[in-house]
Amino acid sequence: MTPRLFELMLWAAGATVLISAVSILIGLAIGFLVCAARVSRTRWLSTPAAVFVSFFRGVPLLVQLLLIYNLLPGFGLYVPSVVAAIAGLSLCTAAYQAENLRGGFMSVPKGLLEAADMVGLSPWQQMRRIRAPIALRLTLPALINEAILILKASSLISVVGVVELTRMAQNLAASTYRPLLFYSVAGGLYLVINWLVAGGGSLAERMLKKERA
Amino acid sequence: MLDFGLIIKQMPAILAAFGVTFGIWIVSMLLAAALGFLVAVARRFGPKPLDWLLRAYVEVFRGTPFLVQLFLLYFGGPYVGLSLEPIPVALLAMTVYGGAYFSEIFRAGFEAVPRGHVEAAECVGLTRAQILRRILVPEMTMLVLPLCVNMAIVLLKETAVLSIITVPELTLVIGVIGSQQYAFVESMFLLALFYWLLVELCGVLGRWSEAKLSRFRFAPS
Repeated sequence: MTPRLFELMLWAAGATVLISAVSILIGLAIGFLVCAARVSRTRWLSTPAAVFVSFFRGVPLLVQLLLIYNLLPGFGLYVPSVVAAIAGLSLCTAAYQAENLRGGFMSVPKGLLEAADMVGLSPWQQMRRIRAPIALRLTLPALINEAILILKASSLISVVGVVELTRMAQNLAASTYRPLLFYSVAGGLYLVINWLVAGGGSLAERMLKKERA
Repeated sequence: MLDFGLIIKQMPAILAAFGVTFGIWIVSMLLAAALGFLVAVARRFGPKPLDWLLRAYVEVFRGTPFLVQLFLLYFGGPYVGLSLEPIPVALLAMTVYGGAYFSEIFRAGFEAVPRGHVEAAECVGLTRAQILRRILVPEMTMLVLPLCVNMAIVLLKETAVLSIITVPELTLVIGVIGSQQYAFVESMFLLALFYWLLVELCGVLGRWSEAKLSRFRFAPS
């Protein structure tokens, strides 16, 4: 492989990382809202949230992507395929992250909230100062795990025509007749990215632990 | 407008495709579980170098996208004398991919069995095979059951990816019918609904079997 081709692969790996990161952040924001709706006592909030989570966790991502990609023009939304891809990835990861966050929020010790009540913190202050920081800290390992899943799942957006790592490998493999080489390099790059994310995650966990001690 | 009638007319083809999806799912799940179990046993009882080798296998197949593994096997295979039809490629790729995940499930299961139980078994002179059969497997079964159900669902959803290498399974066949009839969105919607139902059913069955088998749960020590 010439350096020029490897450069292309690296550029595509960057696209994969960027698209995944954006999707995970949007997914986290949507996941927060869905989680809040899911634990709400009002039925008309919690039921749709439960259906949302069940649907996006129960349908293969590829089918979700094909659905969203083809559905958007039906609503008159002609967006670039990368936008449809990010929308699909975000909705899918939002469903998983909502469940992770729910687990995190449920594990916030009751005593802390009672104490917060006692000292007169408003519900918003309790959320900002106590619930959210503790729940986020508890869900950090799950978030890292989700990030790795989305990095791998983002290979599927090659199907709707977004040029990321898998699509680039596909293009180069087809034009050079060297599929073994390019798919191996793509796999290697995914592996390196995932190692970096996992390593960064455990570093962040250690730092948070130290801060607490 | 949505027109599901077009799709209902194609029912025989859809049922055949469902057969392919279901068959590949069940067969590759069983093979992957068997492979994962062997890998977990080899890593626990085998020599150190074998453990390293298997660890590399698990890391690589868990760390790379299934689609890339599939492409490597399907498009790269012929260059090393491995020219396979789409369905055998699908079975092989799903088995090797799932095996890596199953092996981690079983490894965690083995590790969750209290050390004292294994030591006691060693003291009374049980062989390794006996320890595996009489102590490790029965004690871990209830622990790994929910994880195995989860993995079954992951593999079911992964079968949709097989459409990309032209395995005639549900996603491919319904997609083709949808484009031929100019009813792609309707057909994808129906497809999503179908996977959703199957996954929910899987979850219900999993919880039901857990409840049924819960009396076999050993007391955590």
